[in-house]
Amino acid sequence: MALDEYKPQKGGDELEQGHAFKYVGTRPDRPDGTDKVTGRARFGADITAPGMLHGAILRSPHAHARIVSIDTAKAEALDGVKAVVTRADFSDAIQPAPGMAGEMWNVLENVMAGDKALYDGHAIAAVAATSALTARDAVKLIEVTYEVLPHVTDVDAAMADDAPVIRDGTADKSVPPGLHPNVVRYHQSGHGDVATGFAEADLVIEDSFTTEATHQGYIEPHACLGILGGDGKGELWCCTQGHWNVQKICAALLDLETSQLRVTASEIGGGFGGKTTVFIEPVALALSRKANKPVKLVMSRAEVFRATGPTASTSMDIKIGMNKDGTITAAQGVFRAQGGAFPGAPMEFTAMCAFAPYNLANVHQVGYDVMTNRPKQAAYRAPGSPMAAFAVESVIDELCNQLGLDPLEVRLKNASREGTRASYGPKFQRIGLVETIEAAMAHPHYSAPLEPGQGRGISCGFWFNHGGETSVTLALSEDGSAQIMVGTPDIGGSRSSMALMAAEVLGIPYENIRVTVADTASLGYNEVSHGSRVTYASGLATIKAAEAAVRELCRRAAAKWGIEEDAVYWEDGYAKPSGPNAGDFEPLHISKITRRMGATGGPINGHFEATPEGAGVSFATHIVDAEVDPETGSTKVVRYTVVQDAGKAIHPTYVEGQFQGGAAQGIGWALNEEYIYGADGRLQNAGFLDYRIPVASDLPMIDTVIVEVPNPGHPYGVRGVGETSICPPLAAIANAVSAAAGVRMRNLPMSPPRILAALEEQSGG
Amino acid sequence: MSKIHVSTTINGDTAEFLCDPRETLLDVLRDRLGLTGAKEGCGTGDCGACSVTLDGRLVCSCLVLGAEAEGREIATVEGIAPGEELHPLQRKFIEHAALQCGICTPGILVAAKALLEKNPDPTETEVRYWLAGNLCRCTGYDKIIRAVMDAAAEMREAA
Amino acid sequence: MVEVHLWSGLRAQAGGREVVEVEAKTVGEVLSGLVAAHPELQEVIDAGVSVAVDGRIIASGLTEPVNEDSEVYLMQRLKGG
Repeated sequence: MALDEYKPQKGGDELEQGHAFKYVGTRPDRPDGTDKVTGRARFGADITAPGMLHGAILRSPHAHARIVSIDTAKAEALDGVKAVVTRADFSDAIQPAPGMAGEMWNVLENVMAGDKALYDGHAIAAVAATSALTARDAVKLIEVTYEVLPHVTDVDAAMADDAPVIRDGTADKSVPPGLHPNVVRYHQSGHGDVATGFAEADLVIEDSFTTEATHQGYIEPHACLGILGGDGKGELWCCTQGHWNVQKICAALLDLETSQLRVTASEIGGGFGGKTTVFIEPVALALSRKANKPVKLVMSRAEVFRATGPTASTSMDIKIGMNKDGTITAAQGVFRAQGGAFPGAPMEFTAMCAFAPYNLANVHQVGYDVMTNRPKQAAYRAPGSPMAAFAVESVIDELCNQLGLDPLEVRLKNASREGTRASYGPKFQRIGLVETIEAAMAHPHYSAPLEPGQGRGISCGFWFNHGGETSVTLALSEDGSAQIMVGTPDIGGSRSSMALMAAEVLGIPYENIRVTVADTASLGYNEVSHGSRVTYASGLATIKAAEAAVRELCRRAAAKWGIEEDAVYWEDGYAKPSGPNAGDFEPLHISKITRRMGATGGPINGHFEATPEGAGVSFATHIVDAEVDPETGSTKVVRYTVVQDAGKAIHPTYVEGQFQGGAAQGIGWALNEEYIYGADGRLQNAGFLDYRIPVASDLPMIDTVIVEVPNPGHPYGVRGVGETSICPPLAAIANAVSAAAGVRMRNLPMSPPRILAALEEQSGG
Repeated sequence: MSKIHVSTTINGDTAEFLCDPRETLLDVLRDRLGLTGAKEGCGTGDCGACSVTLDGRLVCSCLVLGAEAEGREIATVEGIAPGEELHPLQRKFIEHAALQCGICTPGILVAAKALLEKNPDPTETEVRYWLAGNLCRCTGYDKIIRAVMDAAAEMREAA
Repeated sequence: MVEVHLWSGLRAQAGGREVVEVEAKTVGEVLSGLVAAHPELQEVIDAGVSVAVDGRIIASGLTEPVNEDSEVYLMQRLKGG
């Protein structure tokens, strides 16, 4: 299919001129609803195989230690143990390299430790046995001799001269000379001259902020079932955001041919970025190869916290200048992020997103990616952006307070619009920030009175969104119903969106379409479900695949009628002659064509493969009211409103769900959630009791406003919605809490002890 | 280690199994009886994804030993729908999009059903506190609370 | 010639420049042109970059067209969660 069919000029802008959708924008029940409410849906840990063994992993109790020896003899001797693996059972062809160029080695090293244990929870060895209990018993019999090394877990401490070096030579060429070897990547960008801009300002505020590492907190622990034979052929079932990526990585780590490993994605119990990589999947396959039996591996919750990929923690310095009329004259930020014992903390996104909502003549941002003895960070919903918004929007809030300006008026005055040079370089295409700010100003929430002890905070937020490699196949059945195979696991109801878009093109009822997440052997390559790309990219591919099927349906009708193909058009499920000149034929229903498709040219399918590059960036504006109890330091979020540009909401209820979910995760990040490390470098709160995510009684209803400024890069104008919703909450809540408490909160989470300390400090206590 | 023989009732049907004394009721349901509707989210009673009822009382099945099921009546998500028709809670969860990924849904449905059996007309606050032991990371709870309230209203009308 | 704007952190690998002129009709030619002009940029480009052409962010497609008067910005590789 020609690339120009999804170029901007044929995108959502065109449809805006009075296009009436029949299915898109409605709110039908999700096709997999019954499976999900009856317990029938099969998630990662719900799969079994005949003769299956159970695996368990031995993990390092030390934050940083040289592995002197591993003795597995006693474990192997235990009745029921069928295999024990260590690093020696994985590929030795993968070599380390600086920065992200060495990412495959980084993944291997994270999956199973090599010479050193790099964090508390790092995998050291694994066992497969006839029962889960036996496997757990066997793990305890593995004897490891460690030489404990000095460790560091804090981002600022890891950059100090005296910090222990985690892996010398990891830094890539971006890092300027003279920095500690734990600084492994560096980013600097911006435009204009900030010194001049600050000199022009009526008021300049400079402040520093920190955020702690948080976990995606999906309720389903990682789980998989691997089968690998000595013939190099394998099968893997797992909960993942992207099974082609799992296939690629597992094949590399185990020296397999990629195509010989078939990976099936189970239903997935939440991911939020944390299931975009592998942790246990290669281990299950290595155990299976050694035992020559299927092996199931399921993480415990403690393992999920200790040894999967939380987000980065950050330390940030922000300086912003503003005039009395609210114009921002200059802005600069320094963002230090630790992402565990490997390169990859998303500091470049922190830097690039930080000032993106604003039209700035002078802006400068610097990022440092720093290694510590913590687990390898993974993506978490708009990786890097929420922390930046917290720091930047807090300073803007303080400027507004001191200059006596309305915070939304100031955002509107400085807002990025179409044609604005973004803080990260290029000019924006059509964007909807202004529309979200105006909708927030008009919302009754913004003018509602506050009770004593309450404060109101607002914030804008930005995320890029993503396209990525995408394949979709659509097959028509003889009765005129359709089945669609997509390769992007359905994390939040995306089967619904795909079926709605296909129904729109085919003109057949939504209920007549079945959407399946295909395995790696049944469809072409698909990038991971990340970057808010599914409704955008798989949606675009679904539309194009359906259009291809429609073209063939029209061709069959033309052949039957004996007229030219272009004299037939498709409307509401019927092929119709395009006018009196085409001939007088009764419209032909899809089922009349498909019923005879075998005899009129063969099965009718549509497919589409591409890497769509038109994912539009997106913005949101949040309003939140918070109440702080000065006696206990605890905070209650009493009212919350999300306003976000969705481009075009395909299934508005699920769009609202994304908005609400992002806000709720942001509330947790802002108020409670944090990785707490002891002086011994061990994680102290590896469970949901001590790592407290928001529960139902913590939250109010979360109001939503869907703004629709079409994305020119999608046929129906879709922008990704999953990630942007977590960008403003940290800042909006910090601004609300600061207003309620009467003291600026600079460190997240704003847990009760931190709020009490801030109140005491302010009163000179 | 020798196994324990247990006779019990699950969703109205008699069931028998052998289990290790260390196995939880959740392990038994999932691994020995093939009832994988109850999910293990934490194994420590913090997330509620494994919620079932034991003699009508809402429990985390990860905190009950398999051997404790002897002579008891257990109800799981698999038994909520009376027949071909879904239970009103199940229908309302689909209708309100009260689930995104769906991993917490079985536990929340079991818990919500137990609430409505005790209190057919709960306030929003009562629903929120009753479900405070069931973690959902996707939805922000908004649509879950609305679905439970709506199902309760429908069930009151039908009663 | 197409003017390619680099992020300022890349100056060290581009002889102190933030704007490099290359002969290119596609994103792929932009990247190969940059490496030809400044071989030290190879490592950065291998590690993954995106290219914004007239405001449209091309995450990975090398065949996307570029015009003489296009506004072209090199960006760090985009991904998501």
